[in-house]
Amino acid sequence: MPNALHNTIARPVIEVRKLNLWYGDFRALKDVSAAFRENMITAIIGPSGCGKSTLLRTFNRMNDLVEGVRTSGSIMVDGVNIIGSDADLIDLRKKVGMVFQRPNPFPLSVSENILFGLKIHGLVSERNELDAIVEKSLRAVLLWDDLKDRLSKSALSLSLEQKQKLCIARLIAVKPEVLLMDEPCSTLDPQATARIEELMRELKRDYTIIIVTHNMQQAARVSDEAGFMLLGEMVEFGATAQVFTAPRDKRTEDYITGRYG
Amino acid sequence: MSKHPLRTQKIAFFLLLVATLLIVVPVGLIVVVIIQKGWPAVNWQFLSEMPRQGMRAGGIFPAIVGTLYLVTGAILFALPIGLLAAVYLSEYAKDNILTRSIKLAIVNLAGVPSVVYGLFGLALFVVFFKFGASILSGSLTLGIMILPLIITASREALEAVPYSFREVSLSLGASKWQTIRHIVLPNAIPGIITGTILGLGRAAGETAPILFTVAAFYLPRLPQSVFDQAMALPYHLYVISTQVPNVDEKVRYGTALVLLSMVLFMNLVAIIIRYRFRKKKKW
Repeated sequence: MPNALHNTIARPVIEVRKLNLWYGDFRALKDVSAAFRENMITAIIGPSGCGKSTLLRTFNRMNDLVEGVRTSGSIMVDGVNIIGSDADLIDLRKKVGMVFQRPNPFPLSVSENILFGLKIHGLVSERNELDAIVEKSLRAVLLWDDLKDRLSKSALSLSLEQKQKLCIARLIAVKPEVLLMDEPCSTLDPQATARIEELMRELKRDYTIIIVTHNMQQAARVSDEAGFMLLGEMVEFGATAQVFTAPRDKRTEDYITGRYG
Repeated sequence: MSKHPLRTQKIAFFLLLVATLLIVVPVGLIVVVIIQKGWPAVNWQFLSEMPRQGMRAGGIFPAIVGTLYLVTGAILFALPIGLLAAVYLSEYAKDNILTRSIKLAIVNLAGVPSVVYGLFGLALFVVFFKFGASILSGSLTLGIMILPLIITASREALEAVPYSFREVSLSLGASKWQTIRHIVLPNAIPGIITGTILGLGRAAGETAPILFTVAAFYLPRLPQSVFDQAMALPYHLYVISTQVPNVDEKVRYGTALVLLSMVLFMNLVAIIIRYRFRKKKKW
C-alpha cells in the first residue's frame, strides 16, 4: 500500500492537545500538540533532554511515578481524555504498552514472563489456551523457533536481543493497541537493531507504534511520521520523508544536518 | 615521610593481617573449648531426658523444647508485623515526619539493651496483660526484640529489587499491590528469610528478655500451653553455672554446646540461602 493513501485513511489513536508538563518548577513540555495515527510508526526525535521520553511516558501515565509532576492540556486515547485523576490507569496501560530502553524481563521463565499480564488482569484461562497464547506471542516477535524448547528456562539466560523481543511479546499478550518504545535498541548491536526494526515493520500491521529514538537514521528507516522536539517544544511534526528532506523549520534542519544534538 | 616505603608497607600489611587473625582466635577458641569440654556430655539421653537430681544429672530436653517454643512464638509474632511494616516503609511511605520518626524508632529499638526488653515484657505482658510468666509473654518479648532486625533485613531485601521490575509491572497495568505481591516480594524472599533466621538465632541465645517473662528455674516437665512457664537453654545455662552448686563441668559445657550448635546451625542455614540466592541472581 502506498504511503500517501495509507496516510489519508489512518485515524489518530492518540491525540495530544496543548500538553504542558512540569517537574516541580521545570517545564519539560511546552504546548505540545500532535496526532499519532493507527497502524503507523511515529518517531519522536530530538537531542537529550528535549522532552521526548517525557512525552512518551505521558501516553501511559508513567510520569505519575515521579513526585511533583503536574500536567495541563489533553491527551485523547481512543477518544477518552487520559489526563486527570479520574482516568482508569489499569485500562489505559492495558491499551498502551511500553517497551523500555533496557530489556527488562522478570526473573521468571519465558512463559511466565509472557503470561504475567494475563495473570494480573485475571485473564488466566485453560492450560492449552495459555500455551497457545505463549506460542502466538512468541511467533509475533519472531522468537518462537528460537525459544520453543526453552519456554521454562529463565528469561535472564537469553541474549539482549531475545530479551527485548520477549519484552515485546509480554506486551502483546495483553492485546494492547499502542506500543510505546523508549529507545528500544540502544543496548543492542547493529544486527540486532536491524532485526528489531524489521519486527517493528511487521508489528505495525496490528499495532500503532510510537518510538523515541536518539538515532536519526533509525527514525528515517522505520517511521512513517516523525516529530522533532527541542527544549520541550514539538518543533515540527509530519511525514518522515518531509521532515527529513524538506524540513519547514530552521531548527529541524539544523538538527538533522548535524549542527547540534 | 618514611625513607623506606616498601618496608613501611610490609609492616602495615603485617599489622593488618595480625589484627584480622586476632578476630578469628576468640571465635575458634570458644568453639574448641566448648566442643572439647561439652562433647563427652552430649548423647541421646542428655538431649532427650528430663533433668534429675536438681539438674546435676539427666538431660536438658525441657530446655531445648522451651527454647524451640519461644523462638517459634517470637517469629510468629515478629515476622508478619516486621514484614508488613517493611513493605509499608519501603513501598508506600512518603518521606515525611511520620516516616522519619518510625525509622528513628526502629533504629532505637535495635539499640535497646536486652535486659530492658525483659523489664518491659514483665511490665506489659506479665503484669498489665496478666499473661503471667509464660511462653506467651516470653515469645512476645523476644519478638519485639528481633522486630528491628527483621524490619531492617526485609527493607533491604525489598529495596534491592530493581526499580525496573516495578516500572515494567506497572506499565503492564498491574496495580501497586499486584506489583508488590507478584514481583517485589518473590524476589525479596531470600533476603527476608535470611534476616528472619538471623533473628531466630538472636532470640534463641538471649537470656535477659526471658529472665522475668517466662524462664523457669527448674521445671522437669514439658509446658502444656502457651500460658505455662518453660525452661530455656540460655537461662538454664546461667542457672547451672552459677545458681546450683556441684554441677559437673561437662553438663554445663554440654548445655553450652547444644545452644551454640542451635544458633550456629540457624546462621549456617541463613548463609546457605543467601549464597544460593546470590548465585542465581543475575540482574
